[in-house]
Amino acid sequence: MTTPDTPRTPDAPAWRRLAVELRQTILRMIAKAGSGHPGGSLSMVELLIGLYWYALRHDPKRPDWPERDLFLLSKGHGCPALYAVLAAQGYFPKEELMTLRRYPTRLQGHPERGSVPGVEIAAGSLGQGLSLANGIALADRLDGRRRRIYCLMGDGEIQEGQVWEAAMTSAHHRLEAVCAIIDANQLQQNGPVREIQNIEPLAEKWRSFGWHTIEIDGHDLAQVIRAYDEAKTITGQPQAIVARTVKGKGVSFMELNPAWHGVAPKPDELEKALNELQATLS
Amino acid sequence: MTEYKPTRDGFGEGLLELGKTHPNVVALSGDLEDSARAVWFKKQYPDRFFSVGIAEQDMIGTAAGMAIAGKIPFACSFAQFVTGKTLEQLRMAVCYQRLNVKVVGSHGGLSVGADGATAEALEELAHMRALPYMTVIVPCDALEAKKATIACAEYPGPVFLRLGRSPAPLITKPSDPYRIGEATLLRQGDDVALIGCGLMVAHALEAAAQLAKEDIRARVLNVHTVKPLDRAALIAAATETGAVVTAEEHTVLGGLGGAVAEVLAQTHPVPMRMVGVQDQFGTSGDPAELLKAFHLMPEDIVKAAKDVLRLKQNAL
Repeated sequence: MTTPDTPRTPDAPAWRRLAVELRQTILRMIAKAGSGHPGGSLSMVELLIGLYWYALRHDPKRPDWPERDLFLLSKGHGCPALYAVLAAQGYFPKEELMTLRRYPTRLQGHPERGSVPGVEIAAGSLGQGLSLANGIALADRLDGRRRRIYCLMGDGEIQEGQVWEAAMTSAHHRLEAVCAIIDANQLQQNGPVREIQNIEPLAEKWRSFGWHTIEIDGHDLAQVIRAYDEAKTITGQPQAIVARTVKGKGVSFMELNPAWHGVAPKPDELEKALNELQATLS
Repeated sequence: MTEYKPTRDGFGEGLLELGKTHPNVVALSGDLEDSARAVWFKKQYPDRFFSVGIAEQDMIGTAAGMAIAGKIPFACSFAQFVTGKTLEQLRMAVCYQRLNVKVVGSHGGLSVGADGATAEALEELAHMRALPYMTVIVPCDALEAKKATIACAEYPGPVFLRLGRSPAPLITKPSDPYRIGEATLLRQGDDVALIGCGLMVAHALEAAAQLAKEDIRARVLNVHTVKPLDRAALIAAATETGAVVTAEEHTVLGGLGGAVAEVLAQTHPVPMRMVGVQDQFGTSGDPAELLKAFHLMPEDIVKAAKDVLRLKQNAL
């Protein structure tokens, strides 16, 4: 779909349709698997569209293209969204999506590096992706390779201390190739992030760690692509995009409800959710 | 006259040589590059050296990222911190992704000395050995440490290299061949096999010399690669001697002794004793004093050898 040679321009109506389709696919996958993490998968859909259909230099036909930008999903439990996006982009057959979490599958409940083309790193043990992004950026700098490395984390995830060790490393080495995206969907497994272990003020934290920080509504595609555009122009500094999102976005009974962190919808719930999403298009 | 040199010095020399021969080799440190002797590489190749500060988890993740991008990173700290604080990073980011990261732990074992228990790694071989795809190397002297370091760079996949702080006797020769995964036979003998790694190989040789005075012919096997084990050499030792003693500067739970027992119990069970630290922490002291207090001396190996010889004879 997106190739390095074709210009990418935002197409608002098509992207709205795409967002709905991806959310429906995610829910079907998780329902079929009988387990998974719908809330945190639904919250990151626009962030992924903005990358894979706009900002990211990539080519599904050449997943090993050495000059490609890298997307590192650090919040591994959100992988149904990544798998759905990769399949939509043609990295692997869409039919395979319905094998999620069931043996023998290439689509584990948390991603395995290289299990399917386009999955760049393993994730699932939270807090590790940003360190990997830094390592890649430092190696690229030695080799004179210019590419961008995006790392998507959750707001609960950044309670992990390693994230802040890595945040210092990116800033200390002025890794302008590194762009951290925080899917700040407000909830973690056992409740609101603010109540469990507050990590606000998020933007101030990243700024004080030396990052160029952009705060946006992570469901507003225009804001999402503007943030990616702005981040690309920054030199001498890593960039953090604090994306304010809604966990379970698009499904009324899942939105901001911690109960939908890690359970699969039952058949009737799935149908209701799919219909609700469909209705937003008419 | 025996020469003494710490294995960490051998690593430092090996890394420096790799700097010249392998442009893809980079080094990382958690602010302990002086202790781990990576500082020699840092001085010579400052562009390829990265300090992450006192942040071992980030260091392992950064090393993993560098390996993804085609580098051969050597990540250095104390053996305790580089394996203990980072077990989760080593598991998911390094081993699960089968990345070419070399994890270097200096100050392994009791011979750290005065710094005491918190700095004396005594369980890390067990931790590292349990990780899928991880190779575990404990060089017996500085010469072997240098060869092991150089061999690591040509050996794809994750490796843990355990080094010592204190000077250890040089018992190998520069011309001795070194191959990861191949145990070396240092002394032939068919009465009992003394199987050691690291500093304890020298003690095993000394024990064999003492046993020889009583007409006991002990075989000494240097198992510098604790994983993957040289199964053939171990089975041959058990078959041909019928009595085995392992010796390691590490807890007897899950280290070299455990690894050897796993192989022999399933192939050729023979009477066996494990010389090592007995499920306890270290403490402060002079290295020689500590090795004595924790029963890691040649005479402890001699005693264990006589135990297994007695068991062997009773079984006949």
